[in-house]
Amino acid sequence: MRPSVAFFLAGASLWHRRRVLALVTLTLTLSVTLLLGVQYLRTEVRQTFNSTVSGTDLIIGARSGELNLLLYSIFHIGNATNNIRWSTFQKLEEDSRIDWLVPLSLGDSYRGYRVVGTDERFLNHYQYGDDRDLALDRGRWFDDVFEVVLGAEVARAMDHAIADEVVLSHGGGRTSFLDHDRHPFTVSGILAPTGTPVDRGVYVSLQGLEAIHVGWESGVPSPGRTLPAGKAREVELTPTHITAALAGIERQILTFQVQRHINQMDTEPLSAILPGVALSQLWQVLGQFESVLLGITVFVVLTSLAGLITVLLTLQSHRHQEIAVLRANGATPLLIAALYLMECSGLALLSAVLATLLWYAGLGMLAPWLLSEWGLAISLRPPTGIEWLMLASVPIAGLLVGMLPAVRAWRLGNRPSGWGAARDMTG
Amino acid sequence: MSQHTDMTSDTATSSHADTVILTRDLCWQWPGQAARLRFPDITLPPGEHLFIRGASGTGKSTLLSLLSGMNRSMTGTLTVHGQELTQLSGGARDRLRADRIGVIFQQFNLVPYLDTLGNVLLPCHLSAHRRHQAGDSPPAAARRLLAALGLPEECLGRKPARLSTGQQQRVAAARALIGSPDLILADEPTSALDTLNRDRFVRLLLDQAANSGSSVVFVSHDPALAGHFERHLELTPTMGDQP
Repeated sequence: MRPSVAFFLAGASLWHRRRVLALVTLTLTLSVTLLLGVQYLRTEVRQTFNSTVSGTDLIIGARSGELNLLLYSIFHIGNATNNIRWSTFQKLEEDSRIDWLVPLSLGDSYRGYRVVGTDERFLNHYQYGDDRDLALDRGRWFDDVFEVVLGAEVARAMDHAIADEVVLSHGGGRTSFLDHDRHPFTVSGILAPTGTPVDRGVYVSLQGLEAIHVGWESGVPSPGRTLPAGKAREVELTPTHITAALAGIERQILTFQVQRHINQMDTEPLSAILPGVALSQLWQVLGQFESVLLGITVFVVLTSLAGLITVLLTLQSHRHQEIAVLRANGATPLLIAALYLMECSGLALLSAVLATLLWYAGLGMLAPWLLSEWGLAISLRPPTGIEWLMLASVPIAGLLVGMLPAVRAWRLGNRPSGWGAARDMTG
Repeated sequence: MSQHTDMTSDTATSSHADTVILTRDLCWQWPGQAARLRFPDITLPPGEHLFIRGASGTGKSTLLSLLSGMNRSMTGTLTVHGQELTQLSGGARDRLRADRIGVIFQQFNLVPYLDTLGNVLLPCHLSAHRRHQAGDSPPAAARRLLAALGLPEECLGRKPARLSTGQQQRVAAARALIGSPDLILADEPTSALDTLNRDRFVRLLLDQAANSGSSVVFVSHDPALAGHFERHLELTPTMGDQP
């Protein structure tokens, strides 16, 4: 018996039963695609999450916990405990160790999206992913006090175009009873999608935020003290406070020195955090659920393999004639067992290959759409080591599962048996 | 046909060189069953054809399963092509069957997923000896046999499901004949055919077997076929020994 005979017979047998087997193969393919997809997305989401902000060496805010500062400054979740005085920010700007600073002023919202008061330095210095810069998809960065730049998702969800007017709301909630309706802003630009919280931000100038809050010192507009839109450009609009700042350090080696300096400032209690460290801490909290998801997916694949073995065992009981003919022509019980093993692992291998093709084809087609419609940045990359391992485990599992009918066939072949196919050999 | 290959085994077992089958006191008992079948002694010289007649339940098929080496008897002696089957392991019996024996069943003779040519060539895939015996081109030998057995040309690429019963049996006969095995075991291969086709089938089978020098053991309940054979054996129900 040559191995090629077994390959030839197994191939012909699979092809002969292709209609039934196509269905189990499809089930297995889909479940393996799911497994590959979950693992792939796990890696991607982790990657995207950890590169939500890059190039920024320190995030500076009022004294608070690391995660709180990271959450409100980068992810627009929660609120700051306190503000930074503008004078302190200006003093930091003079520090020669600090290369650049981006002021962030939070507090208002636009239909549930956070309004970020900042300036052109945000566009120039904020980086994400592999040190990728922000870019404007349409229009230009704001110039005027009452101009606004929208994140990609805000523009998509609210269906905004350049020159549209938007009215900001006071406070951070999705619904607000206090609108800044006396001071509508004009959309001057829309940012390109990044797959980060930047897409869900509404960006205005610090002066703009200052202007709409003149006369709001008590938290609500005081009659007669607010500033009409026309006059806003004529008065001095220097902010007194900002919420947080992003900093780039001239020489990386000085990062810890600057961090310590800021944390120990006498003039104002501040916190400076390393975004990378805070991000990985946050992921440790969030990352739990994805392991559960992967566990569920593994069970889906096991269920599919159980389906495959059910079909193969059912088919086996219909194959005694064929097996009798092969045995009568000199096929050994080992060859018969090898046929079952090859058919089962062959199907599993086919499923793994199809699943890989399916996943990459699907991803190739959907990735641009996911980024533009949902702001999900999923890169097309070759499988990682773990993903290869998962794909390889499918045919190996198929081989193990195939042992069941194979051992059965081998034992039947070595037992006194009837002659020909007229008798039932399925035992 | 191929004197070389035959000579080696013949010289090794010179005492049985003049028989294809030699049995003495052959008995069979199914595991877990009390009834014991005892078979008459058989001596079959090479190239001769034996007709075994017996009613249902006389152990015709069981005898064939012993002669083919599918099952192994624990008592008596059974020599096929000079090899004592009662002493051979399962693997060695499978080897002997692949190399030396062609088999035709009553029905369901063909592997459903192989076409006509693939089914006929099956022994050549499973045995290097049969492949060697089939000449330079086994497919050409298969076509020759199928043509000699009267199978239409257009059936060559068909799967068994698209062949009539008569055609299937001819394909099975061609498969048993390819590579000129020393022995062909036929288990009522004509029971599903009408009288005219039955006689033609037996004639064609025996003629082709004579061409390749193969011995044929033909089992049937139908005494009308006995005329085609020079040697006869009757299995009777009374032969079953009750211990």
